[in-house]
Amino acid sequence: MAKRNASVEVSTEKNENEIALRETEGLSQGQIIFRRFVRHKAAMISLIVLVSIILFAFTASGIHLGSEQNPITIPGWWHFSITDIDPEGAILATCNDGVTGCPTLDLVPSFIDGTGMQIGAHPWGTDQIGTDYFALVTRGAEQSIMVMLIVGLLGVFIGTVVGAVAGFFGGIVDAILMRVTDVFLVTPTIVIGAVIGFRFGNLGVVPLALMLGFFAWMGLARFVRIEFLTLREREFVDAARIAGASNRRIIFKHILPNAIGVIIVSGTLLMSGAILIETALSYLGFGVRAPDVSLGTLISQYQDSFSVSPWLFWWPGAFIVSIALCINFIGDGLRDAFDPRQKRRITLKDRLKARELKVKA
Amino acid sequence: MFAYIARRLGMMLLIVFGASYMAYNLEAYSSDPLSVFGESTEKNKHFLMQQMIHQLNLDVPPPIRYFMWLRGIISGLWGQLNLGMTRDNIPVIDAIGLAIPTTFRLVIASTILAIVLGITIGMITAIRQYSRFDYVMTFISFLLFSLPVFWVAVLLKEYIAIDFNDFLANPEIPLNLIVIFSLVLGLVMAGILGGSRAKFWSLFFGGTVGFALLLEFLSVTHWFVNPGLGIIGVAILAFASAAVVTQISTGLDNRKSLFSSLAAAAIVTAGYYPLQTILNAKATLLNVLLVFVITMGLSAVVGFFADKVDRRVNIRTAVLTALLGTLPLILDRFMKEFNKYFNSDAINMRPVPTIGQSQDLLSTRQQHNFWISGLDAGMHLILPTMALTLISFAGYVRFSRGSLLEVLNMDYIRTARAKGLTERTVIVRHAMRNAMLPLTTILVNDFAGVIGGAIITERVFGWEGMGKLFNQALSSYDLNLFMGVFIIGAVLTVLANLIADLLFGVVDPRIRIRK
Repeated sequence: MAKRNASVEVSTEKNENEIALRETEGLSQGQIIFRRFVRHKAAMISLIVLVSIILFAFTASGIHLGSEQNPITIPGWWHFSITDIDPEGAILATCNDGVTGCPTLDLVPSFIDGTGMQIGAHPWGTDQIGTDYFALVTRGAEQSIMVMLIVGLLGVFIGTVVGAVAGFFGGIVDAILMRVTDVFLVTPTIVIGAVIGFRFGNLGVVPLALMLGFFAWMGLARFVRIEFLTLREREFVDAARIAGASNRRIIFKHILPNAIGVIIVSGTLLMSGAILIETALSYLGFGVRAPDVSLGTLISQYQDSFSVSPWLFWWPGAFIVSIALCINFIGDGLRDAFDPRQKRRITLKDRLKARELKVKA
Repeated sequence: MFAYIARRLGMMLLIVFGASYMAYNLEAYSSDPLSVFGESTEKNKHFLMQQMIHQLNLDVPPPIRYFMWLRGIISGLWGQLNLGMTRDNIPVIDAIGLAIPTTFRLVIASTILAIVLGITIGMITAIRQYSRFDYVMTFISFLLFSLPVFWVAVLLKEYIAIDFNDFLANPEIPLNLIVIFSLVLGLVMAGILGGSRAKFWSLFFGGTVGFALLLEFLSVTHWFVNPGLGIIGVAILAFASAAVVTQISTGLDNRKSLFSSLAAAAIVTAGYYPLQTILNAKATLLNVLLVFVITMGLSAVVGFFADKVDRRVNIRTAVLTALLGTLPLILDRFMKEFNKYFNSDAINMRPVPTIGQSQDLLSTRQQHNFWISGLDAGMHLILPTMALTLISFAGYVRFSRGSLLEVLNMDYIRTARAKGLTERTVIVRHAMRNAMLPLTTILVNDFAGVIGGAIITERVFGWEGMGKLFNQALSSYDLNLFMGVFIIGAVLTVLANLIADLLFGVVDPRIRIRK
């Protein structure tokens, strides 16, 4: 790199800036961010996959709120529920080596292996006693996603309020709020989660998620506070104050829109952490309890039968990993989109396009 | 400075107090020890309940009961720390004292591995930003970031432990596996080292053929049941580390320092047979340390006499090379015992365990042999270490990549390049050192978060450390034990934060603590 001709480097850098500038000409900040996000391929694919997973899980299993005693249920389109036991179906779906409950889903066309494509009675197999695994996994995914969303929203809300108040007002308010945050922060999330889950796990997922969300805002609050601390010193805040704006107006109209990037990005990371925490707690037996299921309880329940019926292990795992992966990629795309220093990589295609435009002009 | 530390310590006490108060009440209100009597039909149920209420002071409401517990902590000031008794009537301090070393043993290797691998890979991806290697590693680190540890653990148990043990029954690698492994290894190596397209492909082909030959050799000689490096393997590794250390620290052009590190590698190689007398069957950890002292000491002397100027640099490269070169020597000594360990009755030719922290069935003679017991501990660490490394590795990759990229955009890097420094000096001296600064915070905090992570890992791998105690405390409504584990975790976290802040001031003069 040291040997590279300096004048060439300067000219390409100039060209790159020109190309980047031309692309953002006449666009608002929001439009630029939206464009940058849409261009992030991994994030866009992840967004589509995540939305599909959520729609799939929620429509297949329906929506289950409330506790065991008084359930509130909107049924889904899948005809088995997690309590239906179909021993005959399990035996009918026997695999070659005599293991019962194999998945009946077959996506290989008939001209390859002769059996033909089919969905069958139990597409994702059953467990040993004949519970339909499709129903279990979609229900587990639905519950885990619900916990994730509630924890995320509540965490973002509390974190933003605490961080904004501490960062904006500063002084004694800031000191007290940050010490309170520290108090919450010293406690490992999983420890507090375990205590909460132990007590609230049997009340159903919504109370559990609310309690978890109540202990998940600290990291976000710190980020928001730092953002507010820097933003409130900026000239536009002074200008607003001189124009007679109230504190509330400055916070909501002037600072918050500028801090939204930090909030959204840490919010997505909070959610990907939340689904891992929830599944871990459920795996340990401190989260969602039987008879309800979550992706974590499914793994802990069936991990010992891995060598005999591996599908019982792969399906819930695949759901956890793909949900967390999608959220992480979306978070990455959002971070890139909101980061003003982020320069898009100018590819050869862009250069050619720019040259074409120049020639035309 | 002292006033600052004193103020921080005071604040720390307050925070720990607040957190423990919250945790105590949360746990006290959420678990009811009397619930075990709920369905009991014993005649003296009422008496037993009274007894328990009296014993655990359940008639005192938790917000006040907390201070009875706190009294035990405060008496720690005059050396009589009392965390109360567990429900099995063991002092909580003793239970924790037994558990802490186990937990640290579980996490220390994986933390170090994750840090070294993660930072190395992260920095390489930053240097080769937007290369294929960068994209692949970014994807892999995101994937690893999204894996639940308990899920990875099950996979590792099945595919690493059980399959590898099966493989050892007939340790010959089938040809197709050799092809796949060497292709992957060649690709990774070329991705890490590669530069131009031609160099990448030649590295890839060379690496693949090399790895294939190596694997074939290991397979034919049944190396996996009878491992060892021998003097040749130790020599190769020692001289390789000499080359790497010199290249990174001073560049191969620096003849004197290249000479000192090569001399250090030669010392290790020459010491192979003489040092075996120190590493005998009755050896302890002290003997191993002695070997390190000998090789590193001799290398330091060589580095000192290599040149009259720049002595510090020469000594540094020589000692580092000796350190890295002696590691294979020790490893080789452990490998020599492997066959004995492998064929012993307790192991029964299945050396990679899926669960537990040590094999109790080894005969006492074997348990007292440092090499065998060390090997046993190592074997039990393989799976947890792999699982934890895989998971925490991703964080370090992302963080060090971002950190180095940020630094590489700084003006002083441009200045360094402009004044004609070599790319190696720019990266290692100017960029990497500054990129490491923010990492100190993460490192320290990661060590503190050990207990939270141990809760899951220990459950999955059946270890008996702090995580086990925590699980036990929750399920048996053991408030004292719970608070014991909690307070250790909380104090560790706050201390880690303080140390991180102080350390940051030491390594980064721009942020010296004011007042």
